[in-house]
Amino acid sequence: MATAKPDERMQKVSLVTKALRRPEFGALLGALVIFTMFTVADTTGNFAGLQGAAGWTHFAAPVGIVAIFVALLMISGEFDLSSGVMVGTAGLMAGNLISELGLGVWPSMLITLTFAGLVGLANGLLVVRTGLPSFIVTLATFFVLKGVNLAVTKMLTGTVRVDGIDVAPDFENARLFFATKIDIAGSSFQISVLWWIGFTIFATWLLTRTTFGNWIFASGGDPNAARNAGVPVARTKVTLFVLTSMAAALVGIMTLLELRGMQAGQGVGQEFYYIIAAAVGGTLLTGGAGSAIGATIGAAIMGFAAIGIPYALWDQDWVSTFLGVILFLAVLVNTWLSKRAKGARK
Amino acid sequence: MSAKASTKNLTPSLELKDVGKSFGSVVALREVSLSVYPGQVTCVLGDNGAGKSTLIKILSGVHKQSEGEFTVAGVAADFDSPRDAMAKGIATVFQDLATVPLMSVWRNFFLGNEPKKWWKPLGILDIAKAKRVAKEELLAMGIDLRDTNQPIGTLSGGERQAVAIARAVYFGANVLILDEPTSALGVRQSGIVLKYILAARDRGVAVIFITHNPHHANLVGDRFILLNRGRMTASFERETVVLDELIQAMAGGSELDTLTHEINVIRND
Repeated sequence: MATAKPDERMQKVSLVTKALRRPEFGALLGALVIFTMFTVADTTGNFAGLQGAAGWTHFAAPVGIVAIFVALLMISGEFDLSSGVMVGTAGLMAGNLISELGLGVWPSMLITLTFAGLVGLANGLLVVRTGLPSFIVTLATFFVLKGVNLAVTKMLTGTVRVDGIDVAPDFENARLFFATKIDIAGSSFQISVLWWIGFTIFATWLLTRTTFGNWIFASGGDPNAARNAGVPVARTKVTLFVLTSMAAALVGIMTLLELRGMQAGQGVGQEFYYIIAAAVGGTLLTGGAGSAIGATIGAAIMGFAAIGIPYALWDQDWVSTFLGVILFLAVLVNTWLSKRAKGARK
Repeated sequence: MSAKASTKNLTPSLELKDVGKSFGSVVALREVSLSVYPGQVTCVLGDNGAGKSTLIKILSGVHKQSEGEFTVAGVAADFDSPRDAMAKGIATVFQDLATVPLMSVWRNFFLGNEPKKWWKPLGILDIAKAKRVAKEELLAMGIDLRDTNQPIGTLSGGERQAVAIARAVYFGANVLILDEPTSALGVRQSGIVLKYILAARDRGVAVIFITHNPHHANLVGDRFILLNRGRMTASFERETVVLDELIQAMAGGSELDTLTHEINVIRND
């Protein structure tokens, strides 16, 4: 047992070890390395500046907003593969409600977010009630929605694209909140960046400072122990499915407003970006550990690659390959770091 | 020594009368009667498949008994879930299922009962209080941790069980059910857990110690119940039984004699 006498279990915990124990430490290190790399390789001289920042955040913000909630869900031990297609579903739904059914912009957004919440609820309830892996349940939802996106859009518009929402009243007002640009010293940043930062702070607070956050860690760490301690594991997971789905819908609406329309295939494949961002950020795929800041850093790394590669005049086609390698390295380094931080006890 | 009063004029914290449980046509438990008193350790002994798990599940609110009476502090118990049992002060510490390894000690200590500050419905953790109370309560049980921030997975198995016991005691458990707390532990670690069982008892908790190890039971028990194939085969009080007899009975009684004989035959061949 632990006594006052120092023994091998009572080694001094240095600040470095404490930093290494943070789940997002590896990601932060990786982000610095990759940022430096692209700054060196940059041919425009803008990558490390504000203009570059406006570029990479434009890519990273929509990924980050959903990735944060995907990370929370993964910490609770579940996946949501339908989060990517939900971006498309939400954008198409809001677009169709506005342009085809003539509903107002605000009510359409509200209906869309509610619908997304219900899809998340269905995902969650199916997972906790049937006990099937969320990988399978949400994979099914993914394909169901993918089909619906295409079929319903074609049925309503006759094409594979929703258009003409910019003539609706309140369109510009909605853009003000969800798709406007903010000028900082001549570089225009998307407002989605503010949402991204806001959600990072909110999710970090939720995860580390609230009882709900405690339940998220416990639900993923050991659901049986959590249940025995009186944690409502099922409710926690279902809530996170709802939040993830709604975050994806918010990004869908933002994209719709920014692009003034949406393709039926939008969002498909994005779910992997979210999972990569979360995993690169130190979220354990088996649940029980991770952070929201980590997912944000993971999304930022993707932004670096998406902007850095063309800035370096490299072939853009290699972006995915680059991300794949980063994912592997990051998870490898994270695992190694956390083992070291625990003193290789296990 | 245990500070126990005469049990004659005391209301049992928990009482079973002829309780049975069947799952369809399978009878898992029949005619079990036991009374558990505050400040006493009641040991439930039995081999694998004796019905210990079923008994725990009835006591902790996972299952309802099919027959017999189950009373808590003299009132008929009607638990729909472990939460109901917890609300009545019955806490269960499950072997290996008590704590979440990756979470810190203080988070584990308050898991499911987190202290909140400011406006309660917001569920904002009072982290300073949680850390302080966890440290103090663990110290009161004799567990001196340098840092309650460390993941509980870095503690030894005995210490993890001890934290779970300290947690149950802190949250006002009148009855503490320990499911095989020592079965996965070595001798020294088991000793740690047994010490905390006594610490809990001295705080006036009625402890139900489920084990298949007669030596561990003998060290801490005040009363002993033996289960075999779903039946209660014996019930002793510490004062009324010679310890050798007790250990003999706990170790299998006549079955052990048969086994000894059989093995001797094989060895002599």
